[in-house]
Amino acid sequence: MSATLDQLSCQDLVELVTDYFEGALPENERRRFEEHIGACDGCHEYVEQMTTTIELAGTLTPADISPEAEAKLLAAFGDWKAR
Amino acid sequence: MPRVSFDDARIVKALRARDERAFAELMVRYNASLLRVALMYVSSRAVAEDVVQDTWIGVLNGIDRFEGRSSLKTWIFRILTNIAKTRGQREARTVPFSAFERPGENSEPAVDPDRFLAGGWMAVPQPWPEERLLADETRRVVDRAIEQLPPAQRAVISLRDVEGWTAEETRNALELTETNQRVLLHRARSKVRQALEDYFAETA
Repeated sequence: MSATLDQLSCQDLVELVTDYFEGALPENERRRFEEHIGACDGCHEYVEQMTTTIELAGTLTPADISPEAEAKLLAAFGDWKAR
Repeated sequence: MPRVSFDDARIVKALRARDERAFAELMVRYNASLLRVALMYVSSRAVAEDVVQDTWIGVLNGIDRFEGRSSLKTWIFRILTNIAKTRGQREARTVPFSAFERPGENSEPAVDPDRFLAGGWMAVPQPWPEERLLADETRRVVDRAIEQLPPAQRAVISLRDVEGWTAEETRNALELTETNQRVLLHRARSKVRQALEDYFAETA
């Protein structure tokens, strides 16, 4: 799909994906965005990949606290409690 | 959104009663996020760990005075931000954004401009192999890509997409405008997507 004045180009669209997901696009831009992904396989796939990326990040387990840090903090808790 | 959730009220009550389990629960819940946010303000992991330690001590010292005007989470992150900023100033590193990740000018396109011709795709994104999406190795690629992001982008994507925070919670904790939060999230997600695309292409 090539860029014309009233259409979003693919290169523009990839910069709007997060605004689209966040509901931050004005109504007319949202419509242009949806019309574009409805008609363009490349951008449709791109948006799918961004969705997959977000889902995959959601499957990561947040890092654990290190045992040393935890021990230090529980000791600090003990001091605080004893006050 | 209710300011003080039932869960907050329970934890605050338990902490005020000096219940160690409540404190341990909070640490498990927020310690990793606190560390990521601290790394936006200070330059080394060791200093960031100190900042987080001091934050927890600040939480204990302040809990009896916590009034519930914000959520407990927001309150904890505000303590962190204050401590981290002071430490960052001492290190002469006051801005949470490096020159390379300031929102505004688009110095970081989501996709390499060479993949477009006159605004259209030259190299169209190829579908990813469905059966590999949930493989441990794929998750490691995502994890590594997040670790390699600049600190502010890493903090935003960690809170939003890994921890599942709302946009509002994230920008309150990180003291970002709505727009900056979104720009940082966009750059972060775009880079992680690119890392996945590269990985699937290399290992196809």
